[in-house]
Amino acid sequence: MNYKSLQEIVNLAQSESLEFWEVIAREEAISQNVNQSQIFEQMRKMYHAMKQSITQYDSRQKSPSGMSGGDGEKMRQYRRTHQTIAGDLLSKIMETAMMVAESNACMKKIVAAPTAGSCGVLPAVLQVFEVEKGYHEDKIVEALFVAAGIGEILALNASISGAVGGCQAEIGSASAMAAGSVTYLEGGTMEDILHAATLALKNMLGLTCDPVAGLVEVPCIKRNVAGAMNAVVSAQMALAGIRSVIPPDEVIGAMASIGREMPVCLKETGTGGLAVTRTAKIIAESLS
Amino acid sequence: MNVFDIIGPVMVGPSSSHTAGAVKIGKAARKLMGEKIINAQLLLSGSFYATGKGHGTPKALVAGLLGMEPDDERIPDSFEIAKKEGMKLKFGQVDLHERHSNSVQLILEGAHGRILEVIGESIGGSRINIAEIDGLEANFSGDFPTLVVHNSDRPGHIAKVTSLLSNQGINIAAMRLYRQGRGQNAVMILECDQEVPKDRIDALEEMDGIEKVTYYSLEEADEL
Repeated sequence: MNYKSLQEIVNLAQSESLEFWEVIAREEAISQNVNQSQIFEQMRKMYHAMKQSITQYDSRQKSPSGMSGGDGEKMRQYRRTHQTIAGDLLSKIMETAMMVAESNACMKKIVAAPTAGSCGVLPAVLQVFEVEKGYHEDKIVEALFVAAGIGEILALNASISGAVGGCQAEIGSASAMAAGSVTYLEGGTMEDILHAATLALKNMLGLTCDPVAGLVEVPCIKRNVAGAMNAVVSAQMALAGIRSVIPPDEVIGAMASIGREMPVCLKETGTGGLAVTRTAKIIAESLS
Repeated sequence: MNVFDIIGPVMVGPSSSHTAGAVKIGKAARKLMGEKIINAQLLLSGSFYATGKGHGTPKALVAGLLGMEPDDERIPDSFEIAKKEGMKLKFGQVDLHERHSNSVQLILEGAHGRILEVIGESIGGSRINIAEIDGLEANFSGDFPTLVVHNSDRPGHIAKVTSLLSNQGINIAAMRLYRQGRGQNAVMILECDQEVPKDRIDALEEMDGIEKVTYYSLEEADEL
């Protein structure tokens, strides 16, 4: 890939009169030595797999540990029977993120985006936007390239692995990617896209990876819901013209340094934070 | 890295390292075996042992041994499928201190009597490293067709192997050598840009001083 920062993607796009997503798709086509349309169709397949990860949801499923399952259905029922706090669109995004993340814990097929632990964020936001706002599928695939570009820069200059950077690298990255996608869908400029991703990331800086019994369940599943919401919130701020005081690539640098400074016990080792609470220890003991 | 490492892979959950990576290790071991596996001993180490059950790691490893890919929806049912296919399973724990925290030692027996011991590491995302084969260092990713040649540590063996490959027009992408000690057991790992034909591997095995040849193909073998 021919770019090493978010700003470089924008510079490339501007100098060649391309959209943000086109830069990502084109560079990928060049590096794989195939047509851009092939790359586009490959990404469409990813989106179809994401949609499948939503429709396969089974409210009766339980994870092997017994800790997870059924919560997405509870949210769906609540939305159908109550005047929700968040309104229909956001409620649907919440329950969808929950469902996909629960399915992951239950050994169902998902799309890592960027990781399996954060697999609920992007599908929830994109699928609900497609259905509720009537976007053409092609446009959603374009938005996935926007997400992929942001993710590439995060992986390159910080991390997308909980073991390296804590949860900020997983749910934080997914949320930033989704924020950029939504901003693109809603007609934001490239600068809006960058700042949406940045605001989303800033809201998640420092998030630790301390899951109970070392499993991708507690608190990961519910954090997918929060990550999806944070994406929408950040996109709306950016679309309103609000800017991150710290420029996008500097925030990514901060994320990398926070990841390095974060104690190892809070980076997917199951030896700190939530994982060593009294209840977590009892749960872990019962599973071993 | 490409965009489909960021959006993707499509996989059965819950963990890219503990589930998808484990499937890939099993699948690599199956390919290295090259014949139907009838007995498999799976010894889990580190985090694979500590959190493997909840991550479905044992099921994922077995799914790989059965030839499944990380997105195969039958992964949760792999134990039952192994039983039907006549693959006996035995699980245990081992301490592979010097290896990555997500490691497994597989001891496999084939239908034609071949014995193979593999140590695989899941090193992050769903990437893997085949760290050891039959007690000797290996260290390859499974991204290339890979030839693993065990020989005695004497002059000329490397030249024989590489000239056989060059005669076939096969380019070597990377090559590593290890030995237990001077004049003792040695191993060469050759990652190639092209597949090595079966008759060339057979010819290698016939060579003087070559003790065992193990081949990792990117293609699925028909006989399995």
